[in-house]
Amino acid sequence: MFKLIKQVTSFVAMLAVLFAFSTETMAAKKSKTLKNTQKKGFVRCGVSQGLPGFSNADASGNWTGVDVDVCRAVAAAVLGDANKVKFTPLSAKERFTALTSGEIDILSRNTTWTLSRDADIGLTFVGVNFYDGQGFMVRKNSGYSSVNDFKDGISACTNLGTTTELNMRDFFNSKGISYEPVTFEKADEVVAAYDAGRCDTYTTDKSGLAAQRIKLSSPDDHIVLPETISKEPLGPVVRQGDSVWEDIVRWSLNVMIEAEEYGVDSANADSMKTSDNPAVKRLVGAEGELGAAFGLDNEWSLRIIKQVGNYGESYKRNIADTGILPDRGPNELWTKGGILYVPPAR
Amino acid sequence: MNFKLKNIGPQLITLIAVVLVFGFFTFNAQTNMENRGIEFGFGFLTQESSFDVQFSLIEYDGSHSYARAYLVGLLNTLLVAFIGIIISTILGVIIGIARLSTNYLIERSAAFYVEFFRNIPLLLQIFFWYFAALRALPLPQDAEPMFGVFFLTIKGLFVPSFIWNNLNIFLYSLIAAIISIVLIRNYAIKLQENEGKQLPVFSISVSLFIILPLLTFLIGGVSLNFSLPVLEQMSNTSFKYKGGLGIPPELIALTLALGLYTATFIAECVRAGIQGISKGQKEAAASIGLTPNQILKLVIMPQALRIIIPPTTNQYLNLTKNSSLAAAIAYPDLVLIFAGTALMQTGRAIEIVSITMLTYLSISLSISFLMNWYNKSIAIKEK
Repeated sequence: MFKLIKQVTSFVAMLAVLFAFSTETMAAKKSKTLKNTQKKGFVRCGVSQGLPGFSNADASGNWTGVDVDVCRAVAAAVLGDANKVKFTPLSAKERFTALTSGEIDILSRNTTWTLSRDADIGLTFVGVNFYDGQGFMVRKNSGYSSVNDFKDGISACTNLGTTTELNMRDFFNSKGISYEPVTFEKADEVVAAYDAGRCDTYTTDKSGLAAQRIKLSSPDDHIVLPETISKEPLGPVVRQGDSVWEDIVRWSLNVMIEAEEYGVDSANADSMKTSDNPAVKRLVGAEGELGAAFGLDNEWSLRIIKQVGNYGESYKRNIADTGILPDRGPNELWTKGGILYVPPAR
Repeated sequence: MNFKLKNIGPQLITLIAVVLVFGFFTFNAQTNMENRGIEFGFGFLTQESSFDVQFSLIEYDGSHSYARAYLVGLLNTLLVAFIGIIISTILGVIIGIARLSTNYLIERSAAFYVEFFRNIPLLLQIFFWYFAALRALPLPQDAEPMFGVFFLTIKGLFVPSFIWNNLNIFLYSLIAAIISIVLIRNYAIKLQENEGKQLPVFSISVSLFIILPLLTFLIGGVSLNFSLPVLEQMSNTSFKYKGGLGIPPELIALTLALGLYTATFIAECVRAGIQGISKGQKEAAASIGLTPNQILKLVIMPQALRIIIPPTTNQYLNLTKNSSLAAAIAYPDLVLIFAGTALMQTGRAIEIVSITMLTYLSISLSISFLMNWYNKSIAIKEK
């Protein structure tokens, strides 16, 4: 009799444990970050302190750029309004701490995806929204026409705490050239020092060079050398440990790219609901239940496309039309000779 | 027993509270870091740093460890603090005494200097010296040599570097000179106390300090060559100097800004110290026939120093801590190298920030300890 009671209680305890586990996983489905974001009513997004084309604030404080658009897409998906984003400008040095400490929920700040960043410091990269590479800018009259013209003792201005610093070392070491690295915390000071003649060359991601060149006193006196010395896949980052939020950010970006692939843009998105192509119908929420997996409604992707536009629109608006990099280069769809290729949204 | 508990009780409670608060923060940080998959540890210090530094006092490149990078930053910080303290002390004493001058022009210029430099934020001054200097200085190929051998350019100050033969003998002679100066000083003090005679200690010291090292050149086999900076072309428009010693413009701007700024505060300490001595002391000293120089050296300064030293210590500490603004103008100090690049590359924010904080704390405590020791040695000794 006593034994039976013992067995029954242990069985009940086991059930209780199982039940507790199952409610636990149900709760985990509703992401903590997602819940907090919906409660606050805005997406907390970390951006740069001003990089035209990627994340840049105008005089009235409106942020624009392809990095900004990723956060706007997430806001459109989870809150229904692409403008419900709070932007926090961060230096290269501050960005990861701001994310891991929970000050922001998405870091969309031209950040290079590397193994050590992904694996080591509590971050998860969710995708690539711009394929970049490090280059060098020099004065036109300097006579440098290629990185092979660089000689011992060259001084190079760059930003502190970036992969640029490491690539620069790899590059000069492999060429056997001694160099003087001059590293500043803020991009504006790098530009000012290079402009004044402190350095012979200014090195950073090529998109950055193109964007910062506009800030120089006479942009036409400077050229970007043709060589690219590194791979810099730039993309949004989230904190480790919230896989649902991670998926939301990843697929908000993927949807923008896939929308371009299928020719869905902000103007025709609504009419695409009656398309013959099931992939297009899924994309605008007319078929399937894709949003449910994240705990979102079925129109989340439609809102992204309508309010922010597809990737091509975002690129054109922020990078091509502003004259930074009119040629899309590798950031063209795979169907058109580029390397933008995302998994299917289905 | 009860009486004792009453005394210890509040202190015990405070102690427990402090331990609990610290314990809570540590525990909190630990659980949060665990939740986010961040490990705590100092193992990264031995990893290869793989970034280069513009200016280093010891041999360093990216193949060395993060610990070595830390040392590079620490030494660069100490260098700035050391030069800054020397500049600010010399300038501060001069300005402080000038503020007490009876000459109207000198007094007013000193006052203007103090009011001008101490009321502008330091960071702005650093930016000013750096970017103003960068704009104003010539490119290497346009630089006019100063005294034929110095080149001040946008890429830094290039000076001849020394190439020594038998440097150690020269250094021994310097040490010997210092020891003999100390001995002579002690002897002079005794002579004055016992027989009332005075030796010209200052002139003896100076000549010893010059003559002994000079002798090593003549008979010790010491010789000195200079390696002059020579302009070398890298491309159509970029030039550099080869040979000699290059001092980066970042270091010059930073020490200049720190020195000029802190000098104003030291000047005020010096003025306060001298004015703190009552007029009667000076008059009494004059009435027993001391010369003005002797009055300043033997009566005023020994008393004034006691007032000057403690607040000046504060200024030295401020200067050292302010040197961390270096990061703004690319001078590779501790904050830029270690709490900047190294932190970024490793992501070890908690470890690196606490090491950096402890380092600044230790530097400050050491300076404070030295200055307190000096203050004690000049305090009134009851005989």
